[in-house]
Amino acid sequence: MNEREELMAVEASRRLTNDTVCFVGIGLPSTAANLARRTHAPDCVLVYESGTIGAKPAELPLSIGDGELAETADAVVSVPEMFAYWLQGGRIDVGFLGAAQIDRHGNLNSTVIGPYDAPKVRLPGGGGAPEIATSCKQVFVMLKQSTRTFVEQLDFRTSVGDNVRVVVTDHGILEPRDGELTLTHVHPGVTVDEARAATGWDLNVADDVSETEAATDEELRALRALRTKGER
Amino acid sequence: MARTSLSEAVRSLVRDGDAVALEGFTHLIPHAAGHELIRQEKHDLTLIRMTPDVVYDQLIGMGCARKLVFSWGGNPGVGSLHRLRDAVEHGWPRPLELEEHSHAGMAAAYAAGAANLPFGVLRGYRGTDRPPPATVTCPFTGEELAAVRALRPDVGVIHAQRADRHGNVQLWGILGVQKETVLASARSFATVEEVVDELEPRPGAIVIPHWAVDCVVEAPHGAHPSYAHGYYERDNDFYVRWDEVSRDRDRFRAWIDEHVLSAKVAA
Repeated sequence: MNEREELMAVEASRRLTNDTVCFVGIGLPSTAANLARRTHAPDCVLVYESGTIGAKPAELPLSIGDGELAETADAVVSVPEMFAYWLQGGRIDVGFLGAAQIDRHGNLNSTVIGPYDAPKVRLPGGGGAPEIATSCKQVFVMLKQSTRTFVEQLDFRTSVGDNVRVVVTDHGILEPRDGELTLTHVHPGVTVDEARAATGWDLNVADDVSETEAATDEELRALRALRTKGER
Repeated sequence: MARTSLSEAVRSLVRDGDAVALEGFTHLIPHAAGHELIRQEKHDLTLIRMTPDVVYDQLIGMGCARKLVFSWGGNPGVGSLHRLRDAVEHGWPRPLELEEHSHAGMAAAYAAGAANLPFGVLRGYRGTDRPPPATVTCPFTGEELAAVRALRPDVGVIHAQRADRHGNVQLWGILGVQKETVLASARSFATVEEVVDELEPRPGAIVIPHWAVDCVVEAPHGAHPSYAHGYYERDNDFYVRWDEVSRDRDRFRAWIDEHVLSAKVAA
């Protein structure tokens, strides 16, 4: 994990509180949520779509269905129950999503590059994303910023951006203002022009754009102590 | 219910052209059963699975499938399924028709199948380029909701930790959609890590009664490289290595020859 990825995890974790129930995917979102649990939000509830509610893994899982998630969970439920009772039931505060493409409204594509019926690249697909995007009260997106990813026009809309509250990138932070994702923070060492150049549309920049607070020593220590299962 | 061999279970329950669901959400994926489908050269199958991972990559790469019904098709924590991609992007070894859902939609379709209802209902698919298969208006509130046709596989296949000598099947840990799969399917079988005299109660475990499953097969290690909670862990290295093996058509075929077709299996 390089410094910018570390700051992505730290910035996302700062937005979780002790009261947050969050739906977590593998990768940076899982890192961010577990970091929050080890720093300022020990009671933050981690829900993985495999059915584990309140998982407290000692190591970062490699998959959303690792055994340790079930062993440490407050409850383990079936997949139909997870999506019907807990997600659709309105019990989840924050859902994390990633994607291959995002547009200025926070709509996401994780389905195909190219036309659906003759794709250039067939991606894994939406999985839980379409309903995570609409059933969670807030959606946090974590995505590295480039013109390939931040596009004017999605090849396919896998999920809708209505509930996206923040997009944490390796360049800065985007938040919706007047119906469009707007650059509100740049990370230390990144310029607004660099963030613009990494965006495939004419990026709105907030008048009060400011610098992201650097990761503290405590945050970095806790983050670097997180190990992925199997790593030595 | 009968206790039988894996080859006999597949021979007697799975026909060419069937809609077959092998379920297990990361945990308890019935890999051994999938390999037997390959050995018996089952073809024109409609393969149903929420998260087609390595086992479906293998079946698709061997040309067993005509159609895939799914909601997320990747190698968890690693990346793409290269055999699935090759079939969709280049039609190799044969074209593959896709029926794509979201997890919530597919889970609702299984639950409807288990409940013997014609369709499942959910608040879903909103604002996406994949509109719901149909919509239905709530007769009480007037709300328009997404409707998904019930999944009714010809054959449902699951892997579980244990069965007793009567064939009652017990599983615990992450339960996925296995109970719904068995109950939604016209025929079903379970492979298990071990057959014991009596099942001991376990926290969080479910039991599928023997009369709801056609047969039970003892297949130790039958979920590998997936895992069986309490028996063995997920072989994460295998999933990483599969990315390499499956990228190349010849290397993939050689792997199947060595590890599936030449494998000794009890008759």
